[in-house]
Amino acid sequence: MRDVAVIGTGMTKWGELWEKSLRTIFVETALLALNDAGVDRIDSMYVGSMSSGIFVGQEHIASLLADYLGQAPVPSTRVETACASGGLAFRLGFMEVASGMSDVVLVGGIEKMTDVNGYEATYALGTAADQEYEGYHGITFPGLYALIARAHMEKYGTTRKQMAMVAVKNHKNGAKNPLAQFPFEVTVEDVLNSVMVADPLRILDCSPITDGAAAVIICPVEMAKKMGKPVVKIIGSGHATDRIALSSRKDITWLEATYQAGKRAYETAGKSPDEIDVLEVHDCFTIAEICVMEALGMVEKGQGGKAVEDGLTALEGKIPINASGGLKSKGHPVGATGVAQIIEIVKQLRGEADSRQVKDARVGMTQNMGGSGGSTVVHIFERE
Amino acid sequence: MEGIIGYGAYIPRNRIKVEEIAKVWGADAPSYKRGLMLEEKSVPSPDQDTITMSVEASKSALKRAKIDPAEIGAVYVGSESHPYAVKPSGTVLAEALGATPEVHTADFEFACKAGTEGMFVALSLVKAGEVKYGLAVGADTSQGAPGDALEYSAAAGAAAFIFGKENVVAKAIKTYSYMTDTPDFWRREYQYYPQHGGRFTGEPAYFKHIVGAGRGIMEKAGMKPADFKYVIFHQPNGKFPFRVGKMLGFEKAQIEPGWLVNRLGNTYSGSSPMGLTATLDVSQPGDMILIVSYGSGAGSDAFIFEVTERIDEVRDLAPRTRDLLDKNKKYLEYGEYAKFRHKIRKAD
Repeated sequence: MRDVAVIGTGMTKWGELWEKSLRTIFVETALLALNDAGVDRIDSMYVGSMSSGIFVGQEHIASLLADYLGQAPVPSTRVETACASGGLAFRLGFMEVASGMSDVVLVGGIEKMTDVNGYEATYALGTAADQEYEGYHGITFPGLYALIARAHMEKYGTTRKQMAMVAVKNHKNGAKNPLAQFPFEVTVEDVLNSVMVADPLRILDCSPITDGAAAVIICPVEMAKKMGKPVVKIIGSGHATDRIALSSRKDITWLEATYQAGKRAYETAGKSPDEIDVLEVHDCFTIAEICVMEALGMVEKGQGGKAVEDGLTALEGKIPINASGGLKSKGHPVGATGVAQIIEIVKQLRGEADSRQVKDARVGMTQNMGGSGGSTVVHIFERE
Repeated sequence: MEGIIGYGAYIPRNRIKVEEIAKVWGADAPSYKRGLMLEEKSVPSPDQDTITMSVEASKSALKRAKIDPAEIGAVYVGSESHPYAVKPSGTVLAEALGATPEVHTADFEFACKAGTEGMFVALSLVKAGEVKYGLAVGADTSQGAPGDALEYSAAAGAAAFIFGKENVVAKAIKTYSYMTDTPDFWRREYQYYPQHGGRFTGEPAYFKHIVGAGRGIMEKAGMKPADFKYVIFHQPNGKFPFRVGKMLGFEKAQIEPGWLVNRLGNTYSGSSPMGLTATLDVSQPGDMILIVSYGSGAGSDAFIFEVTERIDEVRDLAPRTRDLLDKNKKYLEYGEYAKFRHKIRKAD
């Protein structure tokens, strides 16, 4: 296995990008990454996308996007594991470079979600649940996470206010991110008085529907050094699955796939949770961030809510989580999210995160989750 | 100089409150009231439609114009709820007013701007000298699907304007239109309720076209927001007119006199024209008024009017629009409303 580094990142403003098509958004983003890396060729590419077929009626997008980026005939692969598609695309690109099969690989993620109306978008996202045991009975994603939230409240005494504080923190960070979809702050009262979606979750507990893409360029560390690039090395990678249906899990407050993927990533990196300086995690709903912190071993089981309340996860806290604004404020174009998390960590480790920079960040982690936790991809990065 | 010589409005007396609709659908009334700045809306009675409301509004316009209806050479009705798919509304209106048979009649349809389209054409024919008087009406019994966000705003009302060259109440200083193909809201044949693109109806649709038309006409006229006493924008909800006004550089006080939507609802083709009738009711000689309509699909018509001294003479020859809005109201429960709007029907 060769050591692999991220040498270029590309991301444009996220939001309701009605004037741009899927291919335009992707190409603009990928060109930024290529320019940032300073490379004029790639050996292959991976694209994370959850549901371009339902959202824009287009499958076969790996080839389409390679073509429009001017890179055909390089091999191009689309990766799908629901909302963790971007993270998994990155892992596969990493494996290809580490194995020696390719030197320069582009990893992108994209979702164009606003060409359909809210009902269709809800349906498309719902296909990440177990359709036979969950979806067909009428539950939507906010409904599934509402069940998790209610169980967490009952079991550990997590409060409604603590969940609201996740959104408050992430919006506070996101307000400093010019590429975020909703770069503004909210208060606990705003969250608690926002429209009810699925009790106890309100609209400001939920990540939004977003158009957007993200792309990175990876290559062997040796090559990066020769190019004189700041080296952000991938030191840990983990990927795991769990039972998709909540009803099949022993404890719905526990994200087993996140625990397993985290465990593998810590092992490969030779790091422990207390050695992570900065994290980007999958806060598709406020309760998700609380459960993820626990599964990654950042806090004891059941203590996630309290950690947020105590300010541990704030930008200046002991465990800064979602400096980018997270999915909540930055936006959640599902296939792109995992790659955008990596971009934030690369920026943090390069010291390029401007006003949201976490002080002295050397080791960073990303956690990207599919569905209600049926898949998770975790990566650990270190600045050389 | 050509301009408006008579104007009139009509509002059905039935109202339904936002709370009453929200209660039925389990929706959050306070968030609609706050978010859309809507309190209640007008509802037509079972025997009222675009034609009957057009007749009422036109009769008031005739009272203010004080002309012989037989001299009206053009009758235009703009609406997206013409009672017939084939057969004009305009013929019934022209006949009811006594304007037939020597008259040109047409129905216009362009979502919420069909009313100002008719005004544009009637004014142009008068200006060209083709007709002595031209009548244009914007009227709608708007459709909003049960439970849809539109149901809180889709209302009923009409405004009528007679254009001529003598005894003008408001001189037409400039006109301007701004249009693109932007599918933000539509209803196909045989569909009862329209479909819309959610927030897509905002930035790339309503705001883009009103700002485009507003800037365009002011540039053409060499005028700035401070030159106007009043401004009227299309009113799909309470918030949009203030937001677009701010974008163009207008103050709240310039918008408020013609802002009826919080208690009227969106009367579609009648919306900005009724804002104009309410504004004329309170205007003084010499006031400059800007009106910018918006119709989905999408486009805006803009007009600059200058009020003359004749306003004091005609103002109270017919009911004022605010009086129609505030007096003689009757509140409906959702059941009656559903019957009146043909959402439920009695078995044969």
